[in-house]
Amino acid sequence: MTDAPRRTALDALHRALGATMTDFAGWDMPLRYGSERDEHVAVRTRAGLFDLSHMGEITLTGPEAGRALDHALVGNISALAVGRARYTMICREDGGILDDLIVYRLGEDEYMVVANASNAQVVLDALTERAAGFEAAVRDDRENYALIAVQGPASPAILKSVTDADLDGLKYYAGLPGTVAGVPALIARTGYTGEDGFELFVAPADAEKLWQALTEAGADAGLVPCGLSCRDTLRLEAGMPLYGHELTTATTPFDAGLGRVVKFDKAGDFVGREALAAAAERAESAPPRKLVGLIATGRRVPRAGFAVTVDGAVVGEVTSGAPSPTLGKPIAIAYVDAAHATPGTEGVCVDIRGTHEPYEVVALPFYKRAR
Amino acid sequence: MSNPQQLRYSKEHEWLSAADADGVATVGITEFAANALGDVVYAQLPAVGDTVTAGETCGELESTKSVSDLYSPVTGEVVAANQDVVDDPALVNSAPFEGGWLFKVKIADEPADLLSADEYTDFAG
Repeated sequence: MTDAPRRTALDALHRALGATMTDFAGWDMPLRYGSERDEHVAVRTRAGLFDLSHMGEITLTGPEAGRALDHALVGNISALAVGRARYTMICREDGGILDDLIVYRLGEDEYMVVANASNAQVVLDALTERAAGFEAAVRDDRENYALIAVQGPASPAILKSVTDADLDGLKYYAGLPGTVAGVPALIARTGYTGEDGFELFVAPADAEKLWQALTEAGADAGLVPCGLSCRDTLRLEAGMPLYGHELTTATTPFDAGLGRVVKFDKAGDFVGREALAAAAERAESAPPRKLVGLIATGRRVPRAGFAVTVDGAVVGEVTSGAPSPTLGKPIAIAYVDAAHATPGTEGVCVDIRGTHEPYEVVALPFYKRAR
Repeated sequence: MSNPQQLRYSKEHEWLSAADADGVATVGITEFAANALGDVVYAQLPAVGDTVTAGETCGELESTKSVSDLYSPVTGEVVAANQDVVDDPALVNSAPFEGGWLFKVKIADEPADLLSADEYTDFAG
């Protein structure tokens, strides 16, 4: 990562909007445009517009593309209906998580895998290697897409005003090709905020036009541009894991409480099956640590890496923490020894620079939208 | 953004007002610093009666993304801390040079090495 940070197709727009930029996984991305708390609240109550062009798109095509993904990933991907999407993971042979992914089935023989920016190359390399024995081609599509998300309760109405696509028929975790503001787009009803919303995959050359059209269409509804800072607090409140924090190569999906993404009953072998079966057994019989939510009683903010303690002894570690705009208190996700991981457990603290501050143990998520 | 001419500034991005007749001056952080921090969510300020030392830490400011030490631009005894900021840390963002002041110090030593508004504007870029 010694190279200069990469810039998205919307870079000039972000700068014109006065964004504070940050380096994220080798990309120069908007951190926030104004107050990150205001941006967070806008997504919870109205709508927010995000540039997520750093995400890594990888396309698999061919008659065995689905089977190749069944082998390479932990999910039952070939069982997806065309037009549907699935949250899944790619693991190592030892069960460690290489990345968490969303896979869209775009056609009978075509799938798009969306990887985290920080892992896109690793995922591309692994998919290329793992698909080698199948009649399937793996294509690096990172340069071919910009990704714009509109998220929040007002997002369906905003998007409807600039597209004829059947959004009412578009379910959560589904995607369909369409035209938005005159721009060809893959319209997906997905997101990472805990709100209803859409992710729009478009050609980089069309990104500015689409961003401007959505900005205008959302002005009356209170849509604002949003940076990665509020994206992080939104996903944290929604209890969604972030790779590098809750998910690492040292954790399995079962450690992270996400064992449901592993489908042992699918046809054929898949990378990590044996280790993951053992991890499933371990999680059932003797879980070492569990992923829990922590809510502060004070105002100091727990950060990733801070120790979780009981009577001064370390019983876990914070993986993500932030002030929660919705709860009005600091919150954290942490791996905590099973003995202290039950919601309501007394005496659990976080060591915040030497002071052991009391925390309430809760089940995730912290926030769930009304449906 | 403009940095008020009547204040002096540290390279740690604090400002110091001119001392009043009792030798008491007010300390805050600059708008540049407040913008760099993002939304301030927690302020730990020095307590009344504490002695603060120029260039040394005397508290902390926590924002969504990070926690930053608060440095005193001057040596002296704290005679007031801004309870409004403790109750509503967002004041540091909305009014860094006014309602978002942090504490008041009875100056023991006249500070050296502080910058004028113009010098600080050049320094902060």
